[in-house]
Amino acid sequence: MGLLKSIFGGRSDPPKANLDNLFAVPSAAVTLEASSGFKSTGVAAVCYRAAEGGAFASTQHDVQELLDMDAGPKVERSTDEFGFTWLLCRKDPSDISSLITDVHAVNSTLENAGFGSALLCSLVVFADDTRRFGLVYLYKQGTFYPFAPKPNQQRDNALELQVRAELGGDLPIEPALTRWMAVWGAPGLS
Amino acid sequence: MASTRFRSDRGLTARMSTVMLLLGALYVAVVVGLIFAFPGSIATIIVIAVLIGVGQWYFSDKIATLAMRAREVAPEQAPELHGMIDRLCALADMPKPRVAIADTDVPNAFATGRSPKHSVVCVTTGIMRRLDPDELEGVLSHELSHVAHRDVAVMTIAGFLGVCAGLVMRWGFFFGGGRRDNNNNAMPIMLMIWLGSILVYFISFLLTRVLSRYRELCADRSGAYLTGKPSALASALTKVTGEIARIPTKDLRSEQAFNAFMFAPAFNKESVMTLFSTHPSLDKRLEQLAEISADLSRPSA
Repeated sequence: MGLLKSIFGGRSDPPKANLDNLFAVPSAAVTLEASSGFKSTGVAAVCYRAAEGGAFASTQHDVQELLDMDAGPKVERSTDEFGFTWLLCRKDPSDISSLITDVHAVNSTLENAGFGSALLCSLVVFADDTRRFGLVYLYKQGTFYPFAPKPNQQRDNALELQVRAELGGDLPIEPALTRWMAVWGAPGLS
Repeated sequence: MASTRFRSDRGLTARMSTVMLLLGALYVAVVVGLIFAFPGSIATIIVIAVLIGVGQWYFSDKIATLAMRAREVAPEQAPELHGMIDRLCALADMPKPRVAIADTDVPNAFATGRSPKHSVVCVTTGIMRRLDPDELEGVLSHELSHVAHRDVAVMTIAGFLGVCAGLVMRWGFFFGGGRRDNNNNAMPIMLMIWLGSILVYFISFLLTRVLSRYRELCADRSGAYLTGKPSALASALTKVTGEIARIPTKDLRSEQAFNAFMFAPAFNKESVMTLFSTHPSLDKRLEQLAEISADLSRPSA
């Protein structure tokens, strides 16, 4: 595609989401715990841009119903200051695969309804005794990066780079540091 | 399984491609005509025009920010604006442009730069004051679409012929004069070039304007699909174009003398205005956004 397509306005076709790499997270979690003691907190969130109109609202309703069918805490929905919606799932911290399955379910439901382009990122929260960070998955790239917020909108870059080094073998880490978008106010992180 | 609600507008793409082809044909005709008719002096004009064109394109971000007296802002200076653009770029899968703010109360926004990596998106303080976050986001996604579509490069190339012809129109007699003065044929030939360049200028001007309107519709379209909120963009358009439309009227009235040189008021017909404007009419843009809104609302299969 590239140049010609973008010149002729074909770039207006929004990029599709790439869901496949999500399933690599559970094995990466094992690596992370062994190397630096960070464990999954059993919290994950999906961030997307809600479209206007009834179709999106009913899809969103379906997703929440689907995830609330099993036992355990219900899904929490919130809107952040940028108008993006977060769906927060909670599971038992030891069961990271079912957490990832839930995250994947949200994504594939939205995608099947034709709203795949609305997906921004997913985030799985990891923590040790004192610090916590979110492992962010970028759909459009199919890559991961760590986001470690500190108070006053500062980022713990040292921790982020450490995580990048540790997970480099398990996950495709986003190579362009400019794409390591700060997601302030992400639920589960603050 | 992975369907998308986005439908590309084939009609729009086809019309736009036709205009580009026509412009291309005009180029070829002019170049071939020049090669046959004039060895020599015309080359100077073309070299100057190429330099202007390349310069405008290469320094487009600097020129535009200077002209608008915009200042670039760091993420710490405008965290909300940067956060908004960060997310839109992640959604659209494009590199983040630089961000600038112009201190003027005229509500406007623009994006420019020679490539998506060397672009700047600028908003005025006026537009930030008037629009709510959803609407501002719609405007930003429209501007980011211009960046993704490489509209600066496209419009520079499209407008290049007009710049050439305009130069000949203004300075042609000086360039054409000189050594050929003693030749009796020189004057009529120069007159023909001059008339020809007026014609070329006029045609390329019209085609460029048509192309520009199509690019605007394209940017509206992809911007609306990016945020999923065509209605927010529509309401931003009504606010902004309404106010922009009002402000120039005041200025023109205070400069009565200048009015004589403008032929639009003399015709005072909407069709003439549409033919010469760089942006499609508000009605047309709202109509397209309403279609997208209906498209997003149709029930999932």
